[in-house]
Amino acid sequence: MKKSMAAFHYIVWMVIFTVVPMLLILGYSLIEVTDNGVIHLTLDYIRKCFEPIYLQIIAFSFYTAILCTALCLVIGYPIAIILAGDSFKHKNTLIFLLLAPMWMNFLLRTYSWLTLLERNGLINRLLTLLGLPNHSILYTTGSVMLGMVYNFLPFMILPIYSVVSKIDSNLIEAANDLGASKWNIFRKITLPMSIQGVFSGIVMVFMPAVTTFVITRLLGGGQKEMIGNVIEQQFIVSGDWSFGSALSALLMVVILVCISFSNRKGTAEKGERGALI
Amino acid sequence: MKQEAIRLENVTKSFDGIEDVLYSVSMTVEKNEFFTLLGPSGCGKTTILRIIGGFEKPTDGNVFFDGKKINDLPPNKRKLNTVFQRYALFPHMNVYENIAFGLRVQKTDDATIDARVTEMLELVELSGYEKRAVTSLSGGQQQRVAIARALAVKPEVLLLDEPLGALDLKMRKEMQIELKKIQRCLGITFIYVTHDQEEALTMSDKIVVLKNGVIQQMGTPIDIYNEPENAFVADFIGESNILSGTMVHDKLVNFMERDFVCVDSGFGENKPVEVVIRPEDIKIVPPDDGMLKGKVESITFKGVHYEMIIDAKGYKWMVHSTMHPLQGADAGMDILPDDIHIMEVQH
Repeated sequence: MKKSMAAFHYIVWMVIFTVVPMLLILGYSLIEVTDNGVIHLTLDYIRKCFEPIYLQIIAFSFYTAILCTALCLVIGYPIAIILAGDSFKHKNTLIFLLLAPMWMNFLLRTYSWLTLLERNGLINRLLTLLGLPNHSILYTTGSVMLGMVYNFLPFMILPIYSVVSKIDSNLIEAANDLGASKWNIFRKITLPMSIQGVFSGIVMVFMPAVTTFVITRLLGGGQKEMIGNVIEQQFIVSGDWSFGSALSALLMVVILVCISFSNRKGTAEKGERGALI
Repeated sequence: MKQEAIRLENVTKSFDGIEDVLYSVSMTVEKNEFFTLLGPSGCGKTTILRIIGGFEKPTDGNVFFDGKKINDLPPNKRKLNTVFQRYALFPHMNVYENIAFGLRVQKTDDATIDARVTEMLELVELSGYEKRAVTSLSGGQQQRVAIARALAVKPEVLLLDEPLGALDLKMRKEMQIELKKIQRCLGITFIYVTHDQEEALTMSDKIVVLKNGVIQQMGTPIDIYNEPENAFVADFIGESNILSGTMVHDKLVNFMERDFVCVDSGFGENKPVEVVIRPEDIKIVPPDDGMLKGKVESITFKGVHYEMIIDAKGYKWMVHSTMHPLQGADAGMDILPDDIHIMEVQH
């Protein structure tokens, strides 16, 4: 009884700031306001979402986000394991270095890559100094991917680190005692027990990655658009709130399906264990 | 014919070079022995077990297994297994996979693993639990799985680190008997760590009593109980009355302003000694017939016997007896020469 009372404030808060906006988006995606101010229900905007050009952009966004998540996993997993290990002496320094960029504004961080990568940027100037030919690094899929991995990598490392560092050292000793080599301990104990953290990490990287529009705009120069850019344009440029809402709603549904799938798989593998999502 | 299984030679251990956790510990564990390391917490008993298991390296001294030095052998290369204090079962595996772990690492074929796991489950009386999640088991059941897991790989020596510490009293008694049975039935060496003196006395063939990283006494349960070598051992193994006295000469000791005939000798003449007398070795007699006379301060019923505190000349004696005088009344106490244990004064 007391518990539900304490939760009450949060429920009100969530309803006002999460549930209502989501319902508004759903609502907007289903209505049309004609020039003379008449509002009527329509499925046109939802239907428009399924036009090949938008499906292609959604597919491209998912492809990019999946690639970014995979890269974050490949780079982040070993870092998380090393961080969680007892033998690593500079643990706190590395955690600090990982978290320090997050104290800076996200836009600022991304802008700073701009100055590094642009034609007269630091990297190209360095190449010139070394007598090497210049490269156009900026405004490519590569630069977008670099920005995404850079920004989202901590969200992969931290949940894995938090799960792995909670593994009871007795389990590692028990496995060692039963004859397992270092590699076998990793394969049979650490890896399966870290899966929950991996799932959290995937969700936490994939979600912002699939919806990002700032990184694609700044580092991609609008060459390759992701679904986030299209939605942004609907609201800011075209003023077509209904279509923007319809795209958002569709994206939300797809992400929800993905998350609920990965969550179910994650919890089936192993209960709570300090996962973030 | 007795054969040595594990031998420690002047093993010293200090962490970060500060303080010695173990100081020059030497001991020999024989094959098929139930060997117990007994002592209060912080006495170094778990450290000894971890050194034997390979999880810690001795700062100084050597460890031998079957006569071969194993100081630098990692745990996975040692033919001994550990039952951990808090079980350390793998939470992401079921009972079957936990027990099969060691065999799978050895790349044993499935049929052999199956037979071995079934056999182990029978041994610990958990047949039918194969598919259960280890997290769904009770403490006692988890303990049994941990034992089965360690035994599945057929170790020559099993190390047990206070394995019954987390169980309730009744379960602990049951498991004590069962562990002893398993040890006899398999005929392997058990090295057992506990702080529970009763547990040690019940199960062990040999006990080592430790205090602050130094061996106090090593011997059979009967030796240790009846002939404690110093006041610490006497006090730790069961309850004791410990008094300071003076050895008048061989076989005669003075304490409580009176001479007592005893059986110990070799302490010199008129030397200060400590006298240890077990509460159950004191006989209650009519007040004026006893060697000592005191006033009964309290009487507590303990089931088998009464526990009394008798004040005699300022020393409060603990006495166990099946009959008792009235509280507040005077009582006489008799002590036989055999029951007076003389010890050197500890510095």
